[in-house]
Amino acid sequence: MEPDRVVLGIESSCDETAAAVVDSRRRIRANVILSQHAQHSPFRGVVPELAARSHAERLDLTVQEALRQAECPWEALDAVAATAGPGLLGGVLVGTVTAKCIALVHDLPYIAVNHLEAHALTPRLTDCLDFPYLALLVSGGHSQFVAVAGVGQHALLGTTRDDAAGEAFDKAARLLGLGFPGGPAIERAAHDGDPDRFPLPRPLAGQAGADMSFSGLKTALVHVVARQGARPLDDGTRADLAASFQKAIVETLADRLEQAVRAFRRLHAAGTVVVLAGGVAANQALRARLSGAAADQGMRLIAPPAHLCTDNAAMVAWVGLERLADGTVSALEEPSRARWPLAGGSV
Amino acid sequence: MGPSPESAATSGRRLLLPDIGATEDFAAGLAPLARRGDILGLMGPLGAGKTTFARAFIGALGGSGVVPSPTWPLVECHSTGAGDVWHFDLHRLEHADEVWELGLEEALADGISLIEWPEIIERLLPPARLMLRLEHAGTGRTVILEPGATWGSRLRSVTGDV
Repeated sequence: MEPDRVVLGIESSCDETAAAVVDSRRRIRANVILSQHAQHSPFRGVVPELAARSHAERLDLTVQEALRQAECPWEALDAVAATAGPGLLGGVLVGTVTAKCIALVHDLPYIAVNHLEAHALTPRLTDCLDFPYLALLVSGGHSQFVAVAGVGQHALLGTTRDDAAGEAFDKAARLLGLGFPGGPAIERAAHDGDPDRFPLPRPLAGQAGADMSFSGLKTALVHVVARQGARPLDDGTRADLAASFQKAIVETLADRLEQAVRAFRRLHAAGTVVVLAGGVAANQALRARLSGAAADQGMRLIAPPAHLCTDNAAMVAWVGLERLADGTVSALEEPSRARWPLAGGSV
Repeated sequence: MGPSPESAATSGRRLLLPDIGATEDFAAGLAPLARRGDILGLMGPLGAGKTTFARAFIGALGGSGVVPSPTWPLVECHSTGAGDVWHFDLHRLEHADEVWELGLEEALADGISLIEWPEIIERLLPPARLMLRLEHAGTGRTVILEPGATWGSRLRSVTGDV
């Protein structure tokens, strides 16, 4: 039997500074995340979301905290993995340079991880999923359907032509005077709202191909809000607007999923699983609706737990374990990249 | 339908953009006038067409075709026939100083900069800039052009001035 392997993962490509320790038995031994939204971080203060400086100031503490929680000394590690893109380059560099230094000092393999692949492979960590499967990655920065055939083997089936789904949530929340991040704020407000009060468009509904579009939906909401007059929105109307907007996003993604399944089946006739990942996957209404939509297509929907859908380092450590098993570790010269598509153009 | 001159606003020229195609035509008409080092500020509320403008502007210069919204990454750089076009979205910025971390200096030195939500860094921008204020107007949009030094004479072909 193959001995246990232990990998340290580092994530610093966006707002979160995160480090995690995961082993090849799929145990998440530590998963430390610092963000400005964190309520209970072991360190005081706010992390400015943009500043690479704040990642630099906090990453070493975050790594030490992860190793402490995992009760894992340096010499017990088998590799160190870091998100090397896509993301804000300053933050990405902090993570990769830290990981490379650790690799040099402790004589460990370094693994440069694509952030999107880390989201896409998370259900292999949480649900022991086999390849191939169809993944819908939805977050503040990305919305794409990907056929996942293996580690490093991905085909893009469709992507957003304008805004990402999470971005649409953020902008709608701002418009409705709700908080940031917008996804959870809209979901809370929508809870008591009537999703059918305000008819909103379903962009690209029924059209072939698995591309998405959310910019027009945002603009439609702008017009609906403008028609409510100059007075501030009352809570009931705001709840109805949030519920109607959430339904529009959810129904649009359900429609697009149907098309994506068709494209996926042309590549992998035997595939039966749809994975929902990325920050927007934390939305319960989306999970429930896509679960039904997948079942209608004879597919099963798997969504990792919400805390592993939003940005975290456990998913990065997991890709490290997959790559270690594959023997495809990175050279220390491997670059960090602000843009790093998971796969080539639409198929 | 293309943009048509309506009336001169006190601070600049106002054009009516009746539909999304007009916004795209306006951007495509403006794009060939831009030179390295130019800054175009895109102001206006959500859904006013700032990203639509940027997408058509970059497309007209021969950008790669895919122009994702920069709201989440804050800046995207596109290689075009006219050099690099830097597409910023500063809405998430909390402090003007943070813009330096996004590569603003490099953008101003080498490329054409399209800046959505530029208000927060207005004091950092050189006077030779073109500010575009997009507004909702019924189902269409209006755009008010506020040209800085070096821009006035270049704009005749898009504003219809004689």
